[in-house]
Amino acid sequence: MAAKEELKLLGVDVSPFAIRAHMAVVIKGVSCEYVVEDLSNKSELLLSSNPVYKKVPVLIHNGKPICESLVIVQYVDEIFSGDGVPSILPTDPYERAIARFWAAYVDDKFFPVLRGIVLALTEQERVEKATETLAAIEPLEEAFAMCSKGKAFFSGDSIGYVDLALGSLLVWIEAIRRMYNIEIISASKTPRLSAWAERFGESAAAKEVLPEVDKAVQFGKMLEAAASAAAASK
Amino acid sequence: MAGGNGELKLLGMWASPFVTRAKLALHIKGLPYEYVEEDLGNKSALFLSSNPVHKTVPVLIHNGKPICESSVIVQYIDDAFPGVGTPLLPADPYERAVARFWAAYIEDKVVTSWAPVFRVKTDEERDEAARQTLAAVEVLEGALKECSGGKGAFFGGDSVGYVDVLLGGLVSWLKANEPLTGTKLIDATKTPLLAAWMERFCELDVAKAVLQDVDAVVEYAMALRVRLAASSAANN
Repeated sequence: MAAKEELKLLGVDVSPFAIRAHMAVVIKGVSCEYVVEDLSNKSELLLSSNPVYKKVPVLIHNGKPICESLVIVQYVDEIFSGDGVPSILPTDPYERAIARFWAAYVDDKFFPVLRGIVLALTEQERVEKATETLAAIEPLEEAFAMCSKGKAFFSGDSIGYVDLALGSLLVWIEAIRRMYNIEIISASKTPRLSAWAERFGESAAAKEVLPEVDKAVQFGKMLEAAASAAAASK
Repeated sequence: MAGGNGELKLLGMWASPFVTRAKLALHIKGLPYEYVEEDLGNKSALFLSSNPVHKTVPVLIHNGKPICESSVIVQYIDDAFPGVGTPLLPADPYERAVARFWAAYIEDKVVTSWAPVFRVKTDEERDEAARQTLAAVEVLEGALKECSGGKGAFFGGDSVGYVDVLLGGLVSWLKANEPLTGTKLIDATKTPLLAAWMERFCELDVAKAVLQDVDAVVEYAMALRVRLAASSAANN
């Protein structure tokens, strides 16, 4: 075994991006120090480890920083692998391409409109973003059937890359339901994702990492207030 | 011949920098492929069935199976043909993470802030987009210094790598920016390393084979701008 492996993860409980990185580490069963950042007073370590974005999550492995949630997830998958260690990305190149495609879809097409629901300045804008989000979740409902091939997760029997990409947003999807009564995932419209979401939430890694939904609701209210204030000051 | 080297077909559109990325990767790996120029105003059945989610080019079809999204395609080409040509991503996981970080940066900060330049209506919006893109280009100058770290001339070190391919696909458009908007994106006086990188990249055989003619791109972008302005005027 190599010299002591030091893993430190800088994050914030409600950040879906930090949730991805944190769950990846938990899935791999490696010990990692989790440091909760105060985003209004970012630590020197965060600022020096991620000078480009100054954002969480940052994984620091033996003193070297890795930034961007999906980059961290892939790194963790590659570094901690072998017999008995669960894989996050598939080994087959074509399946990897499919996983990367859907993770990119979540980040490029789904997340921006989902976030837009919270940041909307008018009710009309909120309704628009909700409509766009409901449209954006549909391909994912289809993708689940194609990727899971009848199994529990996008990756099959255990949580994988796309599960982390989308699953990390479930806390926010539920927060949005509580805040605005908007249902992005429902048993009637997206039955496969609805069942998958429950399984995801029941997993050991999710139970260890996911914050209480109310924390996201509180954070969401702060984001709303900040968005209005910024708009008002223009 | 590596296992799994079957039929490779690339659906593209000549002007697209994202298609150029896929072509660069295929040429660097020395992989033969059939190129199909798609008419985006009249999309083929093959194209629509291969990329139903985004309906965009490029689409790589390998043994009948489609792969979409340029960065996913480039990584796939690297993954699926491991013994062929030079690997695009480094062997070391940390260096791979650094390469992926900069690849994501190019998408999030260069491409995303720059694309609107060709679509926005006011000079103010165009200037803001240009300002943001230039800021991102400056950060990339620092990245090139870090990545090539005295080892060589490219983000990938001595030879062209993943980041070089993703940025390289944009080169003809980067050059077209000045005639189109008056702003030089890669200026030797501001970002000397990137300017030298761009010259070096363009000298490569693969670049000569694949990069679009800059004048043709300028003409294309101008025609596109006119069409977009006309359609938005018609909609008002």
